[in-house]
Amino acid sequence: MSTFSSRILEETVNAFSRLPGIGKRSALRLVLHLLKSNPEEAGRLGSLLARLRSEIRYCKVCNNICEAEVCQICSGTGRDHSVLCIVEDIRDVIAIENTEQYKGLYHVLGGLISPMDGIGPEELNISGLIERVRASSFTEIILALSTTMEGDTTSFYLVKKLKLASDTEFNISTIARGISVGDELEYADEVTLGRSILHRVPYEGSSVQGKNKPMP
Amino acid sequence: MFLKKLNLLNFKNYQEAEICPDLGANAFVGGNGAGKTNVLDAIHYLSMSKSYFNAMDSQVIRNGEEYFIVQGVFEDGESEENISCSLKKNQRKVLRRNQEDYEKLADHIGLIPVVMISPTDTVLITGGSEERRKFMDSIISQYNKKYLTDLISYNRVLSQRNAFLKQLSKSGRGDISMLEIFNEQLIPLAEYIHETRLGFIEELVPVFRHYYDFISGKSETPGIHYDSKVMHGQFHDLLEKHAERDLIMQHTTAGIHKDELQFIMNDMPVRKFASQGQQKSLLIALKLAQFDFISKVKNVKPVLLLDDIFEKLDNMRIDRLMKLVREDNFGQIFITDAHPERVSHIFRELDLPLRTFVVENNEIRQSADKEIGQEIQWNDEKIQ
Ligand SMILES: [Zn+2]
Repeated sequence: MSTFSSRILEETVNAFSRLPGIGKRSALRLVLHLLKSNPEEAGRLGSLLARLRSEIRYCKVCNNICEAEVCQICSGTGRDHSVLCIVEDIRDVIAIENTEQYKGLYHVLGGLISPMDGIGPEELNISGLIERVRASSFTEIILALSTTMEGDTTSFYLVKKLKLASDTEFNISTIARGISVGDELEYADEVTLGRSILHRVPYEGSSVQGKNKPMP
Repeated sequence: MFLKKLNLLNFKNYQEAEICPDLGANAFVGGNGAGKTNVLDAIHYLSMSKSYFNAMDSQVIRNGEEYFIVQGVFEDGESEENISCSLKKNQRKVLRRNQEDYEKLADHIGLIPVVMISPTDTVLITGGSEERRKFMDSIISQYNKKYLTDLISYNRVLSQRNAFLKQLSKSGRGDISMLEIFNEQLIPLAEYIHETRLGFIEELVPVFRHYYDFISGKSETPGIHYDSKVMHGQFHDLLEKHAERDLIMQHTTAGIHKDELQFIMNDMPVRKFASQGQQKSLLIALKLAQFDFISKVKNVKPVLLLDDIFEKLDNMRIDRLMKLVREDNFGQIFITDAHPERVSHIFRELDLPLRTFVVENNEIRQSADKEIGQEIQWNDEKIQ
């Protein structure tokens, strides 16, 4: 026996409660709010949800979210095409863009290496990165990954692969640790993150040796 | 730092309890199984954010309830610290200091040092090597933040490395060069942990010997050997040497997680060759050395939790321990005893005040000062 008087109501509540961080109670509150509000509001939400999955794509260069083949950052003329910033996911692109301190390009990995979660280098957008670096002439590559152990593992791995990938010389830097160790990037406030990217430092992987020239 | 108020909600056998301890000695008296030890464990929670006895926090929630809260107000000179630790079923444990959540539980460790002496300490002798590492780690973590964070990081990388090994041997899938990356991450962490442990044991041994002689009344030269295969500058070689084995075993077979502490008596291992009496003296001496050590490095006397010691120790060792109490070596003390007359008698003999709490029917109440000990005729024959 259902506790709801309507099948549609029940199914909508169930659908909302499957979203992360939303329990049954909050789901019911959201659904009742939509029921009471202007019908256009619910209609707009519905059509946006439908378009979200059908129209949004991933940039084939950097893996950022976009609506065309290539995102506005990759195709934008106002960007510095000699600097590449590697991030874990799209939320980090949004966070760094919000600081307005960075004018280079991005590469979105789609996660961090974590065998415990079944994520190896193959599951991430790393081979795409290597090809991209080979085909471009970046002078600097910035690693802007979380300061967790998984972030470190991924940075170590990327530096090794990047050094092997290209004969052209580029600096590898990492964002300054204004962020305390163990923090996730997306939780850092804009001022701290902005400062961290301005004051980035040369990457010091303990045993990773490369032929890259020192930072100016 | 002393506890001036303790509140329990749905903690083990208590639905709700509140006590105001004395800044000196406090006793919890009541029958076996009444829940005296649980009060000590609640205090342990406020210090270490975990139980001394239960591996899983959820086991601490009172039967049929959804959550537990332990709250304590500590006083340190003029400042107060309000600490609470709570857990709701299937949620993350929350630790608060003065109404503010800690982001990481590790940030709290060391603020309120405690030392527990309990009958279960025998696992330090009879149990596996992880018990002895846990003992060592819990002491060092109370005064060395870098040690604790490095240990957490080490264990995290180790779990990732083990997951990788498992995945590699199960599916044959994976980039073998990942192993080298995990090694690079483990090395600086392992070396720091190793050196800190080495230095710690070196400093602990003389203190430990001093207390052993004092408690046992003898000079028997007990010792603690720290055995580790991790040596400075050589851990990389060790990992490489074990790589093949690691792949077969599907976990990391070398590292500081394999370190061992060995207790020895007159050059022989304690576990096999020491008498029951020697083992008891050794465990007490170890805990007293821990107390002494933390007092010195932190310049604050830890809260001392004495669980059922009068039952487990003979009169000679009790007398020695109480001599230390009388000489004002300790700060705040909490003692459990099934015999109210015994503990009050002992403190009366020492001429020290004792605040007594009666534990029965899952409740704790402070006993009226004259209720216990003075009306009951004490006779020494009772404590044989
Ligand atoms: Zn793009």
